[in-house]
Amino acid sequence: MHKRVIFGNKLLPYLLLLPQLVVTLVFFIWPAWQAMVQSVLVEDPFGLSSRVVWLENFENIFTDPNYLESLKVTVIFSVAVAVLALAAALVFAVMADRVVRGATVYKTLLIWPYAVAPAVAGALWGFLFDPSIGEVTYLLRTVGIEWNYLLDSDQAMILVVIAAAWTQISYNFIFFLAGLQSIPKSLIEAAAIDGAGPSRRFWTIMFPLLSPTAFFLLTINIVYAFFSTFGVIDTITRGGPGQATNILVYKVFSDSFRALDLGASAAQSVVLMVIVIGLTVVQFRYIERKVHY
Amino acid sequence: MAAVDLRGVKKSYAGTQVIHGVDCAIADGEFIVILGPSGCGKSTLLRMIAGLETVTAGEIAIEGKVVNQIEPKDRDISMVFQNYALYPHMSVYDNMAYGLRVRGVTKSEIDTRVRRAASILELSALLERKPRQLSGGQRQRVAMGRAIVREPKVFLFDEPLSNLDAKLRVQMRIEIKRLHGTIRTTSIYVTHDQVEAMTLGDRLIVMNAGRAEQIGTPMEIYLQPATTFVAGFIGSPAMNMIPAQIDGSGTVELPGGARLDFGEAIRPARALTVGIRPEHIEIVRPHTALFELGVELVEALGADSLVYGRLGAGGPPLTVRLAGTPTVSAGDVLPLGVAAENIHLFETESGKRL
Amino acid sequence: MVENRPWVTILSHAVLILGVVLVAFPIYIAFMASTYTLEELLQGRIPLLPGGHFIANYAEALVSGVSGSSSPPVGLMMLNSLVMALVICVGKIAISIIAAYAIVYFSFPLRMTCFWLIFVTLMLPVEVRILPTYKVVADLGLLDSYAGLTIPLIASATATFLFRQFFLTVPDELTEAARIDGAGPIRFFFDILLPLSRTSIAALFVIQFLYGWNQYLWPLIVTTKEGYYTIVMGISRLIHVVDIAPSWNLVMATALLAMIPPVIVVIVMQRWFVKGLVETEK
Repeated sequence: MHKRVIFGNKLLPYLLLLPQLVVTLVFFIWPAWQAMVQSVLVEDPFGLSSRVVWLENFENIFTDPNYLESLKVTVIFSVAVAVLALAAALVFAVMADRVVRGATVYKTLLIWPYAVAPAVAGALWGFLFDPSIGEVTYLLRTVGIEWNYLLDSDQAMILVVIAAAWTQISYNFIFFLAGLQSIPKSLIEAAAIDGAGPSRRFWTIMFPLLSPTAFFLLTINIVYAFFSTFGVIDTITRGGPGQATNILVYKVFSDSFRALDLGASAAQSVVLMVIVIGLTVVQFRYIERKVHY
Repeated sequence: MAAVDLRGVKKSYAGTQVIHGVDCAIADGEFIVILGPSGCGKSTLLRMIAGLETVTAGEIAIEGKVVNQIEPKDRDISMVFQNYALYPHMSVYDNMAYGLRVRGVTKSEIDTRVRRAASILELSALLERKPRQLSGGQRQRVAMGRAIVREPKVFLFDEPLSNLDAKLRVQMRIEIKRLHGTIRTTSIYVTHDQVEAMTLGDRLIVMNAGRAEQIGTPMEIYLQPATTFVAGFIGSPAMNMIPAQIDGSGTVELPGGARLDFGEAIRPARALTVGIRPEHIEIVRPHTALFELGVELVEALGADSLVYGRLGAGGPPLTVRLAGTPTVSAGDVLPLGVAAENIHLFETESGKRL
Repeated sequence: MVENRPWVTILSHAVLILGVVLVAFPIYIAFMASTYTLEELLQGRIPLLPGGHFIANYAEALVSGVSGSSSPPVGLMMLNSLVMALVICVGKIAISIIAAYAIVYFSFPLRMTCFWLIFVTLMLPVEVRILPTYKVVADLGLLDSYAGLTIPLIASATATFLFRQFFLTVPDELTEAARIDGAGPIRFFFDILLPLSRTSIAALFVIQFLYGWNQYLWPLIVTTKEGYYTIVMGISRLIHVVDIAPSWNLVMATALLAMIPPVIVVIVMQRWFVKGLVETEK
């Protein structure tokens, strides 16, 4: 898309673009290229020479049970986070849309968690669920549930899902509420006159009109769960117990900085790149075809 | 038993009263138009009948049953909204079928009714399209179709033609009138356009600032306006309003020296507004003239001419509509007369007719 | 009234209040915990009322740091975070707005190539290119510096996209009028476009400040010297201490301190922030 009115300067646009392009090339494109190159190489232990092995690194990681386990864990984690964050946000948005008094107060009170870093969220929830002094641990014990996420894989997963979803609920809430408020009031009134009660109105009118927003948020939430939740994992479980919460992005980090296996970590990075690009492309193409009312 | 009965209907928002008591009994099959300027409360009144707004005081009854507490969906009404309010994600067919589906009407019955309404409104070819693929006029017809299929007791129209261009508005106006002739459902129609009101309404409710200033047939309202507001609102160009004085003996004195004698005494002496419609003023022979007009401007419209000027010498402004294109130009002094029944007297302070 | 069921409104309020409570629950507990000594906490469950060590704990955390955690005083970490957040925020807005200006208002060879190059950065969050980016930064000698913390994160497509979107909605007539009045591209930018962009800038300020402040992985790998730790990344160091129990009371105090600046920014600028978020969707 372009403006009709264009300035004629020849040099200026390049100057204006320069800072962003420089940073992009140096810190984005070049490292990404490096990762791709690295992923088809195997270096000797001393880093002195390397040979091209094409897809061997990829073969290795896809046959590595740890990697496949991590893939599975990541999928479960992302879906759980997305579903929890979307469902809760939708419920709150529908309720907030209905109430007249106090709407702004509720909105403020439900939006602020977005400001909290995932790592801090991890610290807070990790504390609440701490096996020895956690407040929720105590409550669970009173109803007979023993809680120790350091030992129980499922519990660890539940905890990180809750911590990760907690801040995303606010983000989704903002979008759902905006989406609901953009539905013309007369549509709801027409449906009411047509005889539809609140539940029917929601499922036949409001939800279909919200679906573009919901789909958009789904991709955003999955990207969030894949990548931005590093802080949550590192603060609470560090991938444990065992491999139970070792999501892909955490594994890349461990393998890069702790295990120092360059070829494998580069291959993992490339796989992640492909996943992100895939998700972004899906999102943009869907939005291109988004129905405009 | 009236189809819709409004008894002392009042509405307040947070302490401010916006509707000050409206009474009207609407007969079965009647097409009643609620007419008034923006902000007069006409849409609010309609929405109270629909149940979309609560009634602060008074009663609304549909076919004898008081409906104040009854939800819109149980009042057996249909509404055509100003912006059509069509469900954007549904086809025309589904838009019209929605209300019937919600009520559990059988599929075959739905199909019969939808297709019948579609053929009346010439929508049969468009049934599978979505609203965004339709023009404004087509959308309006779908909105009406949605209202018709439910076969309700009352149709409610909330300024349905405001969003259409002028030519389409005329066309749709005729369609609505035709529709009412075929399906004689009681209809309540809100508009600010007096042409729509005069052509569509069996009776009009003229509203101003939350009050029903006059309820009557279009002709009654045109010929016998109850207040200066109604008199000025109906008729284009607007009625001339001339400030005057009446003394105790029944003689009305107009600025510029003209005198109107009404014979009977109208007491007490007070300020009056004399209303005369531009179309009721004629050029007469000088010795029978009631008053004179100092012409300032003439607009020749073809079929008529509008003459603007001042009453007497330097008196209040006056507009006269003359047929055809008489030779009148600025600077002329025209002798004018008016038939007695076309002179309206209003008390200046209250605006009410004498 | 659409419908005459008052209990629906009551239900809505109940659900919302429940939501607010659930959402605020961790904060509440964290605050309570941060007002006790460690011994009191380790004794049993966390009490639901504040203890008496509010000032003491926060002062200790801010000034002298948490002992045994190889972490600098929280006050220093907050300063680092502030510098990082502000530099990233201001830097991003500055370079993105001029880049968007170039793309929208000029015609030049490689325009679309540049556009796609910038677009690509949307798809490459730092977590995906972590090791090679680290290597570049190390090679440039930027480890343990404010430059290393901020510059690699300063280019991103979201801001450029938002500005581009906004510029496309500015009427052409304004540009034409400005040209007739004799304004060149630079004057037009500063005198007309920039003031018009105020709301977008405000919205982006919130989003980017949060982004910079809440960074975790990047400061983690780019800093080795304690003096450069930021508060958000520093928290995990406080928790994963070896051989002793974490000083939970101070950890919670730190967590709360880490949250306060971004939360204040969000609440104060809520309107612009919400508008900005919804705009970037398009």
